[in-house]
Amino acid sequence: MKHLTEEELIGYREGETTQREAIAEHLTSCTACRTELDRLEAVLSALDNLPMPERGPEYGRAVWQQIAPRLPEKAGRGWRAWFEPRRWVAIGAMAAIVIGAFVAGRWSKPKDSGAPAASVAQVRERVLVVAVGEHLGKSEMVLMELANATPPAPGQKQINISAEQQRAEDLLDANRLYRETVQQSGDAALADVLDDLERVLLDVAHSPQELTPAKLESLQKRIEAHGILFKVRVVGKELQEKQKTPNSAPAPTESKAGERNKA
Amino acid sequence: MIRMSESAGSTQDREALQSAARESDAIAVERTLAGERDAFRVLVERHSQQLFRLAYRMTGNEQDAEEVVQEAFLRAYRNLGQFGSRANFGTWAYRIAANYAIDRMRQKRTEDARRQTPSALAEEQEQDPLDLAPDERPTPDRQAMNSELRKKMEEALKELSSSERTAFVMRHWEGCAIEEIAAVLKSTTSAAKNTVFRSVQKLRRALEPYVGARGALQAKAAGAAPEPRGTEL
Repeated sequence: MKHLTEEELIGYREGETTQREAIAEHLTSCTACRTELDRLEAVLSALDNLPMPERGPEYGRAVWQQIAPRLPEKAGRGWRAWFEPRRWVAIGAMAAIVIGAFVAGRWSKPKDSGAPAASVAQVRERVLVVAVGEHLGKSEMVLMELANATPPAPGQKQINISAEQQRAEDLLDANRLYRETVQQSGDAALADVLDDLERVLLDVAHSPQELTPAKLESLQKRIEAHGILFKVRVVGKELQEKQKTPNSAPAPTESKAGERNKA
Repeated sequence: MIRMSESAGSTQDREALQSAARESDAIAVERTLAGERDAFRVLVERHSQQLFRLAYRMTGNEQDAEEVVQEAFLRAYRNLGQFGSRANFGTWAYRIAANYAIDRMRQKRTEDARRQTPSALAEEQEQDPLDLAPDERPTPDRQAMNSELRKKMEEALKELSSSERTAFVMRHWEGCAIEEIAAVLKSTTSAAKNTVFRSVQKLRRALEPYVGARGALQAKAAGAAPEPRGTEL
């Protein structure tokens, strides 16, 4: 007699098989398979006995009291989200890069056809350098505020980080666009820093709006663990220096990339 | 939520109640979208317990579960415009909670991996959520539950990947249909089935040596042995 496979037994126990009747019939006549099913059942029953903290009918009211102060005035976004100002900030930032790069390309049209491509690329890179530099500055501010946030006062149980969270969410959209642009431009080290920054911003944006002291500390530790503040500061400075030296924006050298990686 | 049918109970009454609740949910959603913020309260009060149960099973921790519930409602409120009024709000909120719980579990795993020091482990053991959870089961049951076995079970559940744990919780404890599990895991139904299978298989391998004959006897005494959990899919 062919015995049932483990997959068939589990499927039968969890109600997922299409051959229920055939399996049930087999089980009535096969002691070995029946024992196997009993052993599986024993494990699942033991798991069913794990304690489950109960929440009474008043729990819903408690949840409402917790979240009500954190709800925005109006619900729902859907397609309307595209008309929100914060979206336009990110879209505007990207549009500024594209238009800036285009205009810069036109202005720097070569008089001498000897080195046209290099000059256009340099100007485009400068536009990107300015935009990313500004973006890193804003990100640094948000992360600094969170890293230096003090735990709530004794009477207060939680600290509200909704303002920082909103800013992190706004920066996330712009960060994605900059990271992709930087990646295309071939600066892998800067793209890596933006990638790290994105993870941290995502972490902040996905954290609850109100944090207990322990959770705030945990968030601060996560920011610290990425070393992102230091990286953002180093790269931000580097970009500022690049801005100060006109027409000298070199392609990222290995040594520069190495420095950032070290950071 | 798509649930497997159960054999007992008055199905018609239950369906009528569910349909009335859905209708009332739809009205509450419309009113909330029209700017009546308090209408959302009805939805929160109605679905909180269900979301807590799911979140606790998934995270294994009361504090995390409460955070998941609150965050799920906040996200639902913020994105209510994306919710089609013909859909079931309970199912939608349930998915949001499951997805957030998955994110939370992954985040926690990363944190845990980062701080795998002996002192951190000792601290974790001290704060075993099962010990902290208020237990309202009758005393003989509680005595029967060997604390070592409980720890093993908790460890075995922790060993599952977040997808496996989600699949197991949704299927075994919450009785969700495979289609719904697949929607949460963003996978195909056959992949979701495999994930359920893998999770049960892993739990069995990890726990069988500790459950042994006593568990089998308990299961038989409860009359649960070969009774399938629901209809086929």
